[in-house]
Amino acid sequence: MTLSGDWEMVVGLEVHTELLTKSKLFCGCANHFGSEPNTNICPVCLGLPGSLPVLNREAVDFAMRIGMALHSTIAPSTFHRKNYFYPDQSKDYQISQYDLPINSGGYLDLLDGSRVSIERAHMEEDTGKSTHLGGSGRLAGAVSSLVDYNRCGVPLVEIVSGPDIRSATQARAYAAELRGILMATGASDGRLEEGSMRFDANVSVRKSGEPFGTRCEIKNLNSLRSLQRAIDYEALRQIELLEGGGVVRQETRHWDENLGETSTLRVKEDADDYRYFRDPDLVDLAPDQAWQDRVRAALPAMPAQRRADVVALLSAPSSPQLDAVEVVIDLGLERYVHAVVAASGDAALAVARVANELAADVEHVANLSTDAFVATVLMEQRGELSATQAKTVLGALLADGGEPREIAAAMGFEQLSADSLGSTVASLIDAHPDEWGRYREGDEKLAQFFIGQVMKLTRGQANGKAVIAELQARR
Amino acid sequence: MSDAITREEVAKVARLARLSLSETELDTFTEQLGQILEHARDMNSLDLANVVATAHPFGVTNVVRDDIVVESLDRDVVLAMAPDARDHRFAVPRILGEAP
Amino acid sequence: MRSATQIAADVRSGTTSASDELERTLSVIDERNAELNVFLYVDVEGARAAAAAIDERVARGDDVGPLAGVPIAIKDNLCQVGIPTTCSSKILEGWLPPYDATVIKKIVAAGAVPVGKTNLDEFAMGSSTENSAFGPTRNPRDPSRVPGGSSGGSAAAVAADMTSLALGSDTGGSIRQPAALCGIVGVKPTYGLVSRYGLVAFASSLDQIGPFAQSVTDAALLLEVLAGHDPRDSTSLPEPAPSLVAHVNDGVVGKKIGLVRELYTGANDDVLASVQAAADAFRAAGAEIVELSIPELSLTLSAYYLIAPAEASSNLARFDGVRYGRRVDGDDVTAMMEATRTAGFGDEVKRRIMLGTYALSAGYYDAYYGQALKVRTLTIEAFTRAYQQVDLLLGATTPGVAFKFGDKTDDPMAMYLQDVFTIPTNLAGDPALSIPLGTGDEGLPVGVQLLGPGRSEAQLFAAARVLEIADGRS
Repeated sequence: MTLSGDWEMVVGLEVHTELLTKSKLFCGCANHFGSEPNTNICPVCLGLPGSLPVLNREAVDFAMRIGMALHSTIAPSTFHRKNYFYPDQSKDYQISQYDLPINSGGYLDLLDGSRVSIERAHMEEDTGKSTHLGGSGRLAGAVSSLVDYNRCGVPLVEIVSGPDIRSATQARAYAAELRGILMATGASDGRLEEGSMRFDANVSVRKSGEPFGTRCEIKNLNSLRSLQRAIDYEALRQIELLEGGGVVRQETRHWDENLGETSTLRVKEDADDYRYFRDPDLVDLAPDQAWQDRVRAALPAMPAQRRADVVALLSAPSSPQLDAVEVVIDLGLERYVHAVVAASGDAALAVARVANELAADVEHVANLSTDAFVATVLMEQRGELSATQAKTVLGALLADGGEPREIAAAMGFEQLSADSLGSTVASLIDAHPDEWGRYREGDEKLAQFFIGQVMKLTRGQANGKAVIAELQARR
Repeated sequence: MSDAITREEVAKVARLARLSLSETELDTFTEQLGQILEHARDMNSLDLANVVATAHPFGVTNVVRDDIVVESLDRDVVLAMAPDARDHRFAVPRILGEAP
Repeated sequence: MRSATQIAADVRSGTTSASDELERTLSVIDERNAELNVFLYVDVEGARAAAAAIDERVARGDDVGPLAGVPIAIKDNLCQVGIPTTCSSKILEGWLPPYDATVIKKIVAAGAVPVGKTNLDEFAMGSSTENSAFGPTRNPRDPSRVPGGSSGGSAAAVAADMTSLALGSDTGGSIRQPAALCGIVGVKPTYGLVSRYGLVAFASSLDQIGPFAQSVTDAALLLEVLAGHDPRDSTSLPEPAPSLVAHVNDGVVGKKIGLVRELYTGANDDVLASVQAAADAFRAAGAEIVELSIPELSLTLSAYYLIAPAEASSNLARFDGVRYGRRVDGDDVTAMMEATRTAGFGDEVKRRIMLGTYALSAGYYDAYYGQALKVRTLTIEAFTRAYQQVDLLLGATTPGVAFKFGDKTDDPMAMYLQDVFTIPTNLAGDPALSIPLGTGDEGLPVGVQLLGPGRSEAQLFAAARVLEIADGRS
């Protein structure tokens, strides 16, 4: 969506991701989605009087991985208390990081070449979950609420971008790329639908060249689509408001996916005073060089690098080919492409087969060894299998594993010998003299007719190229 | 009567702390808090710009635990403590307003 | 009353039984608790079962531990499974913790028999135990007077000969001051020496659990059991428990002991006399007394009365009626929280919560809380400089002897001034103890205070022992 006049939107995103630790941030309760309510709680995460927090080392490692992937500076950090009363916050304060976060600065490069700056990526604990009774199940209109503290204390990293984003599309691209990175680090499973990753968007508008306008925060967007739609809606809302002589109020808004609009949640006039102060129950965190080096050594390659490595194998890749590469990287299946290239096979063909055939049955990719994939692709490349046959063999390998040549033989895909093809073509020429006459006089279209007939007779086993060679030889 | 803190400020702070005060209490607390804060003014005049707060007095840092799952509390025991519980969850009256 | 050391030795050797010791304790409690209001809860069944179990193990030849069969009183801000823990507050009335504090586990593993929960100023905020929601405790030495606070109940339990040992907590003097007013030994350990896991937090950067006893050796015995690294407390010192009992008779020959002007100026004559007597006793025992001034200490009262309430305001936010304790209903959850906290907290607690909230609030943080944290650094540095000149410091514990009920309840500042000599070490994180020496007005006990650098408990006990002997209490 492009904005009218010289209006420009300014967007910053705050992304929260839960970390894939086994236990919570400050206690040994299981970090597990979907457990029976209130079965993963202890004195610490329930905030019982006398309990004390102890930091999970793995959460620190994951936080550092994220910082490294975002090119942040990792520095000594402290934990602060953010004080506010809310029933899902078991201590009525959240342990977070404030003026000294573990990761500060950094950037994220998008596919379109733009770069979004990262202000910080810090650690904090998640809250419990409330369900609302009465009303429509939403907060507004409820009569009472029920709280489950299983999620309370689960480790989060909050990633705050600079206000560098200028369109909803770019915001979506940022969110998608960030998600890919977080999943690539191993720190997050990126499951938006489970709430393990959430987006808050800060949106303001201004005329080009003017200072930043008042911003509104849209909280808890849980899909890329709603992120994009909400930002577009909000920017337009603010523009209409301003063009009508109104003033944008600084507030928190809620996006309604069904109605397609944002509405006021909370006006920030009496900005919550969180009374941040350093948590005296925790000590300073200063990972030394050796610790950071260990984390860096364990950091998997990031999407940008993996993408570049595959693209480098293609000569002058077309736009559809680049899209196919995206699919390969998204699914983390580039090892199949690299294996084919290592065996002197064709990268483009490998990319196509991964992006189409493997992508179609990705849950069963474990059944398909790289060797089997390489063998199949090479057979197709050498003409021993037609494209259709190759796809069928791959499908069978994904479903049940096995060895490509055996599967091809079992399916009767043995290559027709030159002789038998020759006699098939000869008999067809005899059977269709008119068509053969027109072909001989130069009507190339009839090649397809003969190929079709050969395919019918051989039940699809002939290689199209070989049939054409045979026709031309007899012309 | 000290001017270190006003009645309005005490009322605001009470709200922040989820305490409701009667008019008399508001008066009394304003006076008492004022005296305490007045006493604290001996610190305000000091120039401590170059002094840094101390974290742990004996420099303890980097305390972490292994990422191991440990047995949780028995849910029944926990819910038995609750003033109101329903459906294996803690029940509270309606919540007005989203979380920060 | 027999010392804990003696009881433990006798139980281990079979000379006496844990059950007999317990019955003696229970009968004294029976006799005096109604009048003194020391115990809020006596765990008769649990204690009898524990004592019987100890006797069985002794019969089998097991080594039951250094506190074998010793009955011990527990301040009611320490969590014990299934035992009511109220912090002397209505807001926690009826709450039964589902877990044990680390110190409870340690004393039980050492063979001690926890007898019940003692009265305190609500949430450990106070210096007289008059802030308890369940009535004040009376000083066993003079029941018309306060026992001190906040650990008044624990101090009284030992002073009344109910138990030879008790656990208290000290944030600004809450062990040392009641020890002085009740005439017993009370120790605030080095910050981090004893795990805080299971201690209901008042001010997290200042709180420490410590022993009350009638003798220096008993206090050392208990502290040895309490101390040591706890992985559940991130602020706990990394090392295991130090050896303390073995050093109690090391003496003070060749030691330099600083007599700090700021730690006795303003005290009344009785107290000054005892401090002087302590200095004399140390000289006679071969130590050198050095007169010192640490001017930074005059700022510590103000800094403490911003830092402690600030942390408390956050630590007490969890008492909101949602998950445990008393709830007062409301139309919505905010109204419920407000009604619950308003009805559940006493005035002193409310005062400190509001003071703390204010000190942390936007616009005031730098001037109040931020500034106080810096004063704390100055205090630490000042003590460090002092300990370059001397080994230990000597001063008063309190400005006077035990006062009458109601004497200081009208004026919060007057009550806060009770802590003027004890607060500095809490801010610094250093250890200190109070040891009875001499008597004051109307025969009331007086305590003097010994302070040392971090981890110097062994030296402190050795010095305290010198005074104990000089006072004729062997």
